[in-house]
Parts: sequence; C-alpha cells; structure tokens
Amino acid sequence: MSNSSSGNVGIVIVSHSSKIAEGAADMVRQMVGNAVPLAWTGGDTDGGLGTNVAGILEAIEAAWSSAGVAILVDLGGAETNSEMAVEMLAEDRRARVVVCNAPVVEGAVIAATESSGGSSLAAVKRSAEEFYA
Amino acid sequence: MHDVNASRASNAFVPLMASAVLVNAVGLHARPSVKLTQCAKRFAAKIELALAPDGPWTDAKSPVKVMRVKAPQGATLHFRITGPDGTAALAAVLALVHDGFGEA
Repeated sequence: MSNSSSGNVGIVIVSHSSKIAEGAADMVRQMVGNAVPLAWTGGDTDGGLGTNVAGILEAIEAAWSSAGVAILVDLGGAETNSEMAVEMLAEDRRARVVVCNAPVVEGAVIAATESSGGSSLAAVKRSAEEFYA
Repeated sequence: MHDVNASRASNAFVPLMASAVLVNAVGLHARPSVKLTQCAKRFAAKIELALAPDGPWTDAKSPVKVMRVKAPQGATLHFRITGPDGTAALAAVLALVHDGFGEA
C-alpha cells in the first residue's frame, strides 16, 4: 500500500488479486506520478483471492483526501464490499467516496491522470467511466 | 466540462493552430497520452488535437479520448488552441511532442 498526500482526489484500487491491485498501482505511479494519493487492496483475509471490507476501509483511509476518493474495482464482490465499506464510513466522509463503473487497471490510470490535474471527484469519476461510454 | 467560464471566455480568442510530427517510437500510446493530458490540464485554454488539419478534433484534456486517437510514430499532430493562455499552452504541448514525451 502506498500513498502521498495532496489536495487531489485519492485513488483506491480493489481487486480480488493482490497482485493485480499492486500491479495496477505500479502503473499509476509510473505513468501518472506521485501527485495523487493512492492505495490498493486485494485478496481475502486468508490471503486467497477475494476482497475484504476491512482492507478496503484501510485503503480508503490511506488514500484519503479532502477532495474525496475514487474507488476502482474489478468484479462482483470487489464492488459490493467497496459499497459496504463506503456505508461504514463516517457520514461526513461517505459523500466524498465513489465507486467508479470502469475497468480497474485502465480506470485507475485515467482517474489518477484526471486527479493529478486537480479535477473534482465528479470529473475524476466521469473520466474513468468514459471507457464504457 | 472542465470550466464553463474558460470556454465562455475563449470565444473572444482566435484559435491558434500548429502541428508537430510524433517522433517517439511508440507514437501517442498510453504513457504519452497521460503526459499530454496532464500538460494540457495546466492551461485554461481549450486544447484540441487531430490527425488532419481539418479535424475531427479531440479534447486534449481527456486521457481516454486522446488514447483513442491511436496516433502512430510519424503521424502529424495538429493542435487547435483557444483561450487567454493559448500561446503558452501551444508552446508547452509542441515542446512535449518535439521532445518525444521524454521517451526515445
């Protein structure tokens, strides 16, 4: 897990596979740079394939920004567990976290690119979701 | 989409046009697209690019749209820039292309 502090929207990567999540985060760091808070989580609590709410909450915390946090997910449980994690946030934070409907790797790079230019959370989400537009 | 006021103000400016040849080996693939959009976003001006002087024009501040252009090495990138900081924006994007986006 890695992060850097700034006023830019934070990016959280959630995959069933910790290798995919970490690899996607590597791509973001190398292609976009360090101007964006970034965290990743992958795997279930036993280290197998899956996702877990506690890990997602930690990642949101690690990538937290006053501008908000955009979450990129891969399949099924990654999305539902991310939504559950968002529900568990304090009320003032909940409205500043969104789950993007975008492919996890491409979406993370695009969302971070948008964020690195100082865009709002809504613009970051919209840009990532252009992949399916 | 990025700034309503900027696009309104840009109506008062004559578009600046220029072109540059993509010199880096892989053309406008993912990494250069990210660099170009990051550069473009630093300016208020409306920045568009195209593979032909008459378009179709692509918003240079949209990483997804820029990647979809899939411009190969040797392609000529045309820029159309409108806005108060258009001159500086044009110089910045042309320098990036001439420099091969910092790649070989």
